[in-house]
Amino acid sequence: MNPDASQSSEISGKKKLGLIVNPVAGMGGRVGLKGTDGGDVVKEAKLLGATPEAPQRAKDALRVISRIREKIQLFTYPQEMGEEEATQCGFRPSVIGSIKSGETSSEDTRRAAAEMKNLGVDLLLFAGGDGTARDIYNAIGRDRGLTLLGIPAGVKMYSGVFALNAKSAGDAAVSFLETSTRNVVEAEIMDIDEASFRKGIVVARLYGYLRIPEGRRYMQSVKSGGIQTQKQVVQGMAADLAKNAQEDCLYIYGPGTTTRDIVAEFGLEKTLLGVDVVLGGRIIAKDVNERELTILADGKRKAKIVVTVIGQQGYIFGRGNQQVSPEIIKRVGRENIIVVASKEKLASLEGRPLLVDTGKEEVDKMLAGYVRVITGFEDYVVYKVGL
Amino acid sequence: MPRDPSTLLRKFHEAKWDEQIILEMSVPGERGILVREVEPGVRKEVGTGVAAIPPGLRRKEPPKLPEINQMRVLRHFMRLSQETMGTDLTIDISQGTCTMKYSPKVQEHIAARHPGIREIHPLQPSETMQGVLEIIYKLEEFLKEISGMDKFSFQPGGGAQAAYTAGCVVRAYHASKGDKKRTETITTMFSHPCDAAGPATAGFKVVTLMPNEDGYVDLEAFKAALSERTAAIFVTNPEDTGIYNPRIDQFVKAAHEAGALCYYDQANANGMLGIARARDAGFDLCHFNLHKTFSVPHGSMGGAVGALGVARELAKFLPIPRVEYDKQGKKYYLDYDAPDSIGKVRSFMGNTQSLVKSYSWIMQHGAQGLHETAVCSVLNNQYMLKKLSEIPGVVVRYAPGRRRLEQVRYSWEKLQKDTGVGTEDVLRRMADFGLQHYWTSHHPWVVPEPFTLEPCESYSKDDIDEYVAVFRQISKEAYENPELVKNAPHNQVVHKVINPSINEPERIAVTWRQYLKKKVRQQGIIPKPTVESRR
Repeated sequence: MNPDASQSSEISGKKKLGLIVNPVAGMGGRVGLKGTDGGDVVKEAKLLGATPEAPQRAKDALRVISRIREKIQLFTYPQEMGEEEATQCGFRPSVIGSIKSGETSSEDTRRAAAEMKNLGVDLLLFAGGDGTARDIYNAIGRDRGLTLLGIPAGVKMYSGVFALNAKSAGDAAVSFLETSTRNVVEAEIMDIDEASFRKGIVVARLYGYLRIPEGRRYMQSVKSGGIQTQKQVVQGMAADLAKNAQEDCLYIYGPGTTTRDIVAEFGLEKTLLGVDVVLGGRIIAKDVNERELTILADGKRKAKIVVTVIGQQGYIFGRGNQQVSPEIIKRVGRENIIVVASKEKLASLEGRPLLVDTGKEEVDKMLAGYVRVITGFEDYVVYKVGL
Repeated sequence: MPRDPSTLLRKFHEAKWDEQIILEMSVPGERGILVREVEPGVRKEVGTGVAAIPPGLRRKEPPKLPEINQMRVLRHFMRLSQETMGTDLTIDISQGTCTMKYSPKVQEHIAARHPGIREIHPLQPSETMQGVLEIIYKLEEFLKEISGMDKFSFQPGGGAQAAYTAGCVVRAYHASKGDKKRTETITTMFSHPCDAAGPATAGFKVVTLMPNEDGYVDLEAFKAALSERTAAIFVTNPEDTGIYNPRIDQFVKAAHEAGALCYYDQANANGMLGIARARDAGFDLCHFNLHKTFSVPHGSMGGAVGALGVARELAKFLPIPRVEYDKQGKKYYLDYDAPDSIGKVRSFMGNTQSLVKSYSWIMQHGAQGLHETAVCSVLNNQYMLKKLSEIPGVVVRYAPGRRRLEQVRYSWEKLQKDTGVGTEDVLRRMADFGLQHYWTSHHPWVVPEPFTLEPCESYSKDDIDEYVAVFRQISKEAYENPELVKNAPHNQVVHKVINPSINEPERIAVTWRQYLKKKVRQQGIIPKPTVESRR
C-alpha cells in the first residue's frame, strides 16, 4: 500500500476510484458450468478451456474512464485483479494488498473490498458477477459511505448493481465521479445457490442492498428514466396504504427497500431482508420465520400481505420471501395481497408478467391473473401475474 | 446555409457568443426611456399618483431592474434570437407528439394586427365584437364536423387543461345521475401523461395499463381493470408509439357496458383529419390541440388551446361562457345561462388569437385539404420510418412489420449496446448539424433510449432526406468514433452539460436572485488547497 497516494489525492481534491477485477468471473458460463463459485469449479472450467472474461470487460470500462484519469486517483489490487488492466489503459494506479497470481479466490475479493472501504473510495468499481458482488457485500456490509458499481462479467447477474455493459459502466462511473452531488439508489445483491442451480433448481436469495449511482439509463435493473424521485414515489404509496389502512388488521410486510421505506413513512423501522408484521400502527414482530408467521396469521384476525417485486425476473412470491408460505397466502386470500412497485420497475419488466413460485401449484394458480399494483397515491397499474 | 449535395449535411455553426444575462449588463444610472416629470397642472389635481397606492403596497426601495439604454436592450435580444434554434430556422421534425407544423405567416399577421382582434376587450358588449364571435362560433361548427361531437369549449389553455376539464365534466355527469361510487379513471402507459394527470387533478384515482407486444393494451387486461368504480377511460389513439389500436371500438363498448364514459385524447389527430371521427368510434368526449393539429404555433410562440368536444348529453356541463347564435336577432352572443356548468377553467373565451389562426387555417384548407393533410402526414411518416429503419443502431419496438400512423417512437437501444452512444448523446450531436434536438419520450422510458419523431405534412421529401442523413451520419460516427458523439455538441456556444448536474437542486438557479445567492454560497466555500498552492 502506498500511503502517500491516498494523502495526495485528498489534498488535490481528486476523486478516489477503487477497482477490483475478479479474474475468474464469467469463466464458467461459456463452458456450461453455470457459475464459477468455488475453487474446484475454476479448475474444471480451466480444464474445459475457459478463458478469463472479466479482464477484457474491465478494460472496456476503464478506457471510457481514462478520459478523466487526471481527475481521479485509482486504487486497485495487484496484477490480474486490476493493476494490469488499469496500467494497460493508461492509468498509474496506487496498488494495494498482495495476491498469489493465478490462484486468486473470493477471499482476495473480500480483502480488497475491505481495504478499499478503509481508504474511503468514492466509488468501488468491480468486474465480476453475483458471486463477486456478494463477496464485496460480505466484506463491507451496509456501509453508507461506499457506492458500488458492477461491470457485468459474471455468469449470473441477478443483482441490481450491474451496468448494462462494460461501456455503460464506464459512462456511469465518469458521470458519478464528475458530479459533486451523490445521487445514489439502493440495489439488490442477489445470488442463486450454484450447487442447486447446477442440478436445475433455481433458489435465488436476496442477500442485501448496496448503494449504486443513480444513472438509470446506464443500469441493467431499471432501463427507464424518471422525473419523480424514489422518495416521492414511496411517499405516495405510503399515503395510499395509510388512507385505506384498516384497524385490527395484521399487515405482513415482505422484504425489500420499497416495503422498508413505506413502513419508514409510518415512523417504523422495518428489517430490510426480513418479513415484519405491523398491527395497530406498530411493529409486533420482526424478521419472522414461517412458523412464527403461521402462528400470528392464525386466521382469527384479518390479515393483509404487502409485497414488492424482487429481482429482475419480477417475482412477488418465492424469491427472498419464502417465509410467507403458500398456506399463509391461501389463508390471507388473494384480495388481501397488496403489491407495491414503481412504474419504472414494472416498465423494466418489458411486458413480462409478474411471477409467483410459492411452492404450491394450487396457490400459484390462485395468484395468477391480473393484480392491482400500487404505484403511488391513488395511482395504480393493473398488471398480469403469470405462472 | 450551404448544404453538401452529396451528403445533404450542412456546415452549421451556431452563434459564437454566449450572450450574458440581461441583469449582468446593468449600468447604474443608464436609462432606456426618460419619463417626464408630472406637469404642475396635473400634479395639482392628482398629486404624484403614488398617494393612490395603499402604503402597505408601496415599495420601500426601487425594484432592482437592469439599467440599460434602448439600443443595448435591442442588441441583447437580437443576439439571443440568433442563438435560438426554432421552427422558423430548422427542420423541426424532432418534436414528436407535439406536431410542429408550419403556421402560415398570414395568420400571424391577422391575429396580431387586425384591429377587430387586437383592439377588442372581452368585457365590451358582444354587439361590438360580432366578428370575432362569428369566427369562434364557426370554428366550433368546423370542429363538430371534424370530430362528430355536439358541443365544444375553447376555454382550456392546452391539452392537459382539456383533460382536466373533461375530468370535471365526467365527475359532474356521474354526480347528476346520483352515482357516487365512480372514483377511478383508466389510461394506458403510452397515452399522454395528461390523460392520467388531468383526471387525477379533477379528483380521480388513476389506473394505468401497460402495453403488450403490439404496443397497446390487451383487451383482457382492460376488462380486468374495468369495474363499477370506473368513471371514464382516458386514452390516446394512436398512442405515442404511432401504433393505432384497431380494437378501440371493443374497448369503448366494454367501457360503456361498465357504465363508464370514454375520452379520446386527439393530440395525435394529425394523421386522422377527415378520415376517422371520435364520436363515430363511440367516444363521448375528445380534445384537439389547436396549437398542434390546427397550425397554431406551439408553446411560447402562441397561446395554446385544448379544444374540448363532448356528446350532446354532456354539453350542459361545459364551461361558461359559450358563444351562441340568435337566429331571430341574427347576432352572436355570450351565453352564461348554464346552471349545470362546471364553471370556468380560464378567463373569458380562452386564447382568442389562437382560435382566429385555427379558423384561418381550416378555411385555407377546406375539407379536402384537411384530408390531404392527414394523408401526407401518414405518408411522410411511412417514408421516414423506412429510411430510419435502415440506419445501424435504430430499433423500432412493438408490432414488427406493422405500419405506424403519423409518428414513431424509435429507440437507439442497439446503438447504445454496440457503441455506448445513447439517445441523449445523439440529440446533443444533432445540434452540430443545425437541427433542433429531438423529443425523447414521456417518463418513465418504457422504450429504452427513446426518440419520437413526427414528420407531419409540412415537410417535403427533401426535408426528410436531410433529417435522415444527419441520423445516418451520427450513427456512423458512433460506430467509428463514439467519443465524438458522446462529447457533442462541438459547434455550439454551450458545450456538453453533464446531465446529472442539471438534476442537482443546489446548483440550479431559475431566477437571478437564486443565482446570486447560490454563487455567493459557492464562493463562500473555502477551496481545498491544491498540491501546487501548498508548495
